[in-house]
Amino acid sequence: MSNVALAKTDQPLGGVRWLGMHNALLLLFLAGLVGIPLLYYTGQISIETVNMLGRYMAFAIVAVGLDLIWGYTGILSLCQAFFFSLGGYAMGMYLAHHGGPGGMVDASGWNIPACLYVVYPYKVGEAPADAMLPWFWKPFYTLPATVTLGLLIPGAVAFVIGYFGFKSRVRGVYFAILTQAITVAAWLVFSMNSMKLGGTNGLTRFDKIAGYSLADPDVKMAVYIITLLCLAGVYLLCRYIVGSRLGRVLIAVRDNEKTLRFAGYRPHVYKVFAFVVAAAIAGLGGMLYTPQMGIFTPANMEAGMSIMVVIWVAVGGRGTLSGAILGALAVNLLYSFFTSEKDFILFTWKSEYWQFVLGGLFIGVVLLFPKGLCNIGRRFAGKH
Amino acid sequence: MELHERIEDYKTDSPRVSRFSEERFLLFLEDITAVFDGFKALDIEALGIGHNELRVIIGPNGAGKTTLCDVVSGKTRPATGRVYFEGRDITGMDETEIALMGIGRKFQTPAVFDSLTTYQNMELALPGRRRLWSNLYCKETKEERDRILGILERVGLLEVRDLEARYLSHGQRQWLAISTLILSDPKLLLVDEPAAGLTDSETALTAELLLELRGDHTIIVIEHDMDFVRRLDSFVTMLNEGKIMAEGTLSELQENEEVIEAYLGR
Repeated sequence: MSNVALAKTDQPLGGVRWLGMHNALLLLFLAGLVGIPLLYYTGQISIETVNMLGRYMAFAIVAVGLDLIWGYTGILSLCQAFFFSLGGYAMGMYLAHHGGPGGMVDASGWNIPACLYVVYPYKVGEAPADAMLPWFWKPFYTLPATVTLGLLIPGAVAFVIGYFGFKSRVRGVYFAILTQAITVAAWLVFSMNSMKLGGTNGLTRFDKIAGYSLADPDVKMAVYIITLLCLAGVYLLCRYIVGSRLGRVLIAVRDNEKTLRFAGYRPHVYKVFAFVVAAAIAGLGGMLYTPQMGIFTPANMEAGMSIMVVIWVAVGGRGTLSGAILGALAVNLLYSFFTSEKDFILFTWKSEYWQFVLGGLFIGVVLLFPKGLCNIGRRFAGKH
Repeated sequence: MELHERIEDYKTDSPRVSRFSEERFLLFLEDITAVFDGFKALDIEALGIGHNELRVIIGPNGAGKTTLCDVVSGKTRPATGRVYFEGRDITGMDETEIALMGIGRKFQTPAVFDSLTTYQNMELALPGRRRLWSNLYCKETKEERDRILGILERVGLLEVRDLEARYLSHGQRQWLAISTLILSDPKLLLVDEPAAGLTDSETALTAELLLELRGDHTIIVIEHDMDFVRRLDSFVTMLNEGKIMAEGTLSELQENEEVIEAYLGR
């Protein structure tokens, strides 16, 4: 039965294709773990390049989370950038607590981070005695608490959105619009100076992480390695979830939620689960992004950011997990290549042209490779 | 027995008035109406299905057969009336709760999960195992596996067990939908047009399967195909314009002038 053979290679879980993809990812992982440090310590690439790769891996983490909720469960979420930012702000507050320059101490003994001076109406070091550190800054003083909250807060927000949204059967494009609206609302709130989160300037003036100076190249390398390990961990976690029977229920939600109800399942429970996991993963991505960027502003939760995550996953290939990683890395590497100015004989390439490349890439992939980049090989091999 | 006598007979054992209703009926519908845009799709005074009964429901298009299934399985809320299952009022419960109580359903167009393999479709139908966390680490037991493979072999789907359901033919999808229903082992099976689009030999096997289930399952079959109904050789309720028009064996109904007028003859 040739029919059977064809379908075998098409299985999203297990099978020949997955093994191939698995090896490619393993190779990529080893290249990131050994190759990149080797290149850096032999002077081939700068620490800034390593830093940039680390940021792109933080994006890839967010993309894997979106693939779980969108690719497998079929729910288009446009608030992954919001969850990413919740993690980013959590880490940003921790870093600001331990940032420089040594500012002033409020009446209760808490040091007011320097980046808050921008939105407080006083000069550096000259704040009046009644200026107090906002209460919600306090839990983010230690790293373990920050990491815990950076996962829990996006997870809890997702739980609330998901529980009420899915329970009342908000689906498809309506859910996408709902999440988009929440993201825009959050962006407006976080941009306000009175939120005491640095307004549109965001959180900055970072100095130390866990006692080590962020300016030290070795620390930057360590953060990069941690990001890579987190990416691998998130990938394996999601791989485990989609490989379990729970993963099959998620696919069933995507295929036919109605039938699943008549089979005695409660689809909203499974949808909330996937949404919460995806949100916590996005929060993790945000926490890893902040120290490598040195600043975290509300621009990270603009509506366009969430769409970018969707594009990464769509370009890489939905419902594969590996495609999310490849898509995020590929699009961002192209971004960094095409946004640098280059002189050609007749014209100068400007960074604004990037938008056309991105649009062309997205349309091209959707038209030519609807299953994404990670299926290109098979398509050319004539297997599809 | 005349139809109005039967309906009066049902009513004497309504769970509302009789303590013994539960012993006689597994499913009982009383004064059910379902209205769509002012159109009364269903208007049933009383209908009772006994324990381990195989009941066939026939009727012309638009008679309300599928709406009846929708009302029982919780897809549609009746405008008035009550649905009792095992003596419990299940009107207004949601689909999942009703399914968990033991009412399984096969849809008119077989609904299977396209991206899952035949085997995985069966796996999701295993009784119990509806909770989130247990699904994260649970694997099926040897007995469950054997049971799935046994049913698949019986309906001839064994060799396509690792094929995604999207590649199955219409007949195979019908089988798969019926197989998952059988596997989930509900107390009441609502089977909506199991023979639609099947070949004669496939139809025969479907009838055989349903007859095998009779005796320890209660089954409601909705069907158009008279040969199929004849094969089931069971008590038949005929709906017309949302109302019960006649009840009896198929041969009795075929002699009923009214029924012939509405449906069978012309």
